[in-house]
Amino acid sequence: MTALWTLSLLLSASLLGCLAVTSPDGSPLPHNLPPSLGTNSSDGSLSVDLPMALRVFSMDYHHVQAPFEIVLWIMLASLAKLGFHWSGRVPAVVPESCVLIMVGLLVGGVIYGVRHSAPPTLSADAFFLFLLPPIVLDAGYFLPGRLFFENLGTILWYAVLGTLWNVLGIGLSLYGVCLLAQSSLGDVSLLHCLLFGSLIAAVDPVAVLSVFQEMQVNEQLHILVFGESLLNDAVTVVLYKLFESFLRLPSVSGLDVLLGGCRVVVVGIGGLCVGLFFGLLAALTSRFTSRAQVIAPLFVFLYSYLSYLTSEMLHLSGIMAIVTCAATMKQYVEANVSERSNTSIQYFLKMWSSVSETLIFIFLGVSTIQDIHMWSWPFVTSTLLLCLIWRATGVLLLTAFVNKLRRNAVTFRDQFIIAYGGLRGAICFSLVFLIDDFPKKRLFITTTIVVILFTVFVQGMTIKPLVELLYVKRKKRALPTLSEEIHSRLIDHLVAGIEDVVGYWGQHYWKDKFEQFNKKYLRRFLIRNDRQASSSILRVYQELERREQRGVEEEAPPIVDPRSQGRPLLPEEMESIRRILSRNLQNFNNKTPAYSRHTLHQDTLVDRTRKPLYRHQSLGERYSYNTITHFQGEDGGLSEPQRVRTGLSRSHTVCSISPRSTLLDSSDSAGPAQTRSMDPKAAREDLVSPKHQETMERAARKHLSFVLENEKQQ
Amino acid sequence: MGSSSSSRNKIPNAQELMHQTGFSSAHLLRLHDRFESLDRDNRGYLSPDDFEVLGGLAMNPIGGRIIEAFFSSGQDTVDFSSFVRILAHFRPTDRNRNKEGTQQELPSSRTRKLKFAFQLYDLDRDGKISREELLQVLRAMLGLQVTEEQLQSIAERAIQEADLDKDDAISFDEFKKSLEKMDIDTKMSVSFLK
Repeated sequence: MTALWTLSLLLSASLLGCLAVTSPDGSPLPHNLPPSLGTNSSDGSLSVDLPMALRVFSMDYHHVQAPFEIVLWIMLASLAKLGFHWSGRVPAVVPESCVLIMVGLLVGGVIYGVRHSAPPTLSADAFFLFLLPPIVLDAGYFLPGRLFFENLGTILWYAVLGTLWNVLGIGLSLYGVCLLAQSSLGDVSLLHCLLFGSLIAAVDPVAVLSVFQEMQVNEQLHILVFGESLLNDAVTVVLYKLFESFLRLPSVSGLDVLLGGCRVVVVGIGGLCVGLFFGLLAALTSRFTSRAQVIAPLFVFLYSYLSYLTSEMLHLSGIMAIVTCAATMKQYVEANVSERSNTSIQYFLKMWSSVSETLIFIFLGVSTIQDIHMWSWPFVTSTLLLCLIWRATGVLLLTAFVNKLRRNAVTFRDQFIIAYGGLRGAICFSLVFLIDDFPKKRLFITTTIVVILFTVFVQGMTIKPLVELLYVKRKKRALPTLSEEIHSRLIDHLVAGIEDVVGYWGQHYWKDKFEQFNKKYLRRFLIRNDRQASSSILRVYQELERREQRGVEEEAPPIVDPRSQGRPLLPEEMESIRRILSRNLQNFNNKTPAYSRHTLHQDTLVDRTRKPLYRHQSLGERYSYNTITHFQGEDGGLSEPQRVRTGLSRSHTVCSISPRSTLLDSSDSAGPAQTRSMDPKAAREDLVSPKHQETMERAARKHLSFVLENEKQQ
Repeated sequence: MGSSSSSRNKIPNAQELMHQTGFSSAHLLRLHDRFESLDRDNRGYLSPDDFEVLGGLAMNPIGGRIIEAFFSSGQDTVDFSSFVRILAHFRPTDRNRNKEGTQQELPSSRTRKLKFAFQLYDLDRDGKISREELLQVLRAMLGLQVTEEQLQSIAERAIQEADLDKDDAISFDEFKKSLEKMDIDTKMSVSFLK
């Protein structure tokens, strides 16, 4: 531990050394470089002086300055992060973001002390273009889709209306304060206050994530806060730009306000569409990567970043674009690329987002040390108070409304966490720097920094004890048992069926419609022909098998049962099935703390109840659907007329397929067709077919259900 | 069948139904309208083919079982009160109700819901889910994705997890126990039936 800190200090020292070598000429912002020192040195090269001869040893710092400094900063950030995790009791008390800010403050202070001028600041461009995308991409890629969409209404409610409430509330109240304190704050106009309100009201996903993951709260709460922080970007950015353009206009009319409102919608939906477009494109591209598997992960990053840049170019919401892109492409990419590529993608995402986040916090700390501050007690304290008050009232009011429409009400304790967990972060910070200059800009900057530091430190540190105090429902970490999974699936079907009978739209309706569409068109188009994904029941089973094999659980192996009609699986067969099916394991959702910065939780608990089931992408045009009654009547033929249904299974399962309209004559052709051509690996087919032919007494029934489209495929 | 204005008179035993199932009169009316729209031949009762025209139900893997659940023990018609009684299982559970006045259990209670789900498995009504019955449901839900052996293993495992008295079948109590962590009340309710 001490070694790490020593190392960090050494690094800082070397950083300062580099600074000292180059003579600063005060130009603050580098053009396109990520936050690094804005110094252009004119005399970069030192060399050992040898009289006129060849220089054996020379140092040309100027040549490598920019990348060198960038790497040093990143190294410093990462070492600080390492040190944080090794430092004993600290992680339990202080969230990582706080420690990083403190390190930044330290470094900034040292730099200031050495150079007597401002340390490098976080340029807004660098932040928005380089540091923010990886974090949001990571969040979008690991977004628990089903949970998110189930709560989408509530999330949108909080994000849009809540943000509006906060912005207007804070802006107007601050204006009131400015009116009251005419002497010192008289020149802050209403529009300025509204502008400030718009940037300070936004809850920051980076800060929220970094704090929430330390706590294990239940997923519903997590997704609410997280989703809100993601989606309110659209509102924030639009309002900010709106007020900024209002400031430049000579006067503001009602029409402008109306147009502003339309802009919110356009920005949000536009970002969504851009994201969808690139997401689908990425999925399509990944379909063809089988021959160049090594670069498959690259496409994920390229397309996501491209979607972000495109929407930023069009002044749409970049965050929404990148989140949508990642969430869209995920299921198809996962099915298309190899398992190792998937692992690479996930690890790279985690790594980049981790580095980004660390850098952001460190630079927040560093940038705090500046000459640029202006203090005003009434403004700062009232801002702090107002932020808290308006957020609390906003959450209370909105929740009161939304609870009437939700199945799982948001409890009072949850509301407290939502309100208290509204941390501000680097987005506000960057936005405040972008304001056009006016006399009180420095005040705004100072206030923003104070609010950020306050929320991150005070709220960030106290939220965990408060949560424990209020016993917020903790997320259950148990793997759902197989029984639970099966019964849960049955009940899903049951409720969907009952909703059909009753005839109203349930919450399953749109989901099923989407799944049908997905199945029918999207997956066929976007996923390679030979890939198949399995149902969640199967995955739970496989995961349980895997764990058993590793001795995690102590249950008896479920293999041998003399009374079972099928042949029990020999261990080596299970092993090969496991191996062969290991590719399906990659479809396991990695973990329930989906936004963990630190690990990927490879072999932990996957929330399988949430994963939509996949279906064969190679289903043909017509399907025959065997209901259970067919099985019952197998002796006497079909008890009910076979139902031929077109289309797809309504929700999460597979219907059995038959290319023909009658079943009974399929017994002959089904024999050789028992090979599962939809399964990816040939070895599995060999494994499976002899077994099928062995269980002859069930052959007839099997043919009813397992007729394959071997003939149909390709 | 004409307008539903003086409707409660059209529904026989409306009071009793409301009492037994917990539906409000407004809901009862809506359900009656729905019943009538399903009953295309205006016979006053429903038969299985009335259900089969519902597209979503037709594609549901357990659609057949759901339909059968409406028709109790051998009958092939279902009248309105049976219809309502079945649907009453899916009302959201009213948690705030005080316990004393609740005579007999409403269909929407947790136990009744679980019993309904249990009966979807247990077609022969012997009070136990045998391995074969479980296999049938699994086959319907998983279909072609798994081999027969895997289905066997999955069923085997599921029974092992739940079967406490080792009789190789899942009784209702074992079923209930295996689902004790699941929030059946919200999962198995259709919110607009409140």
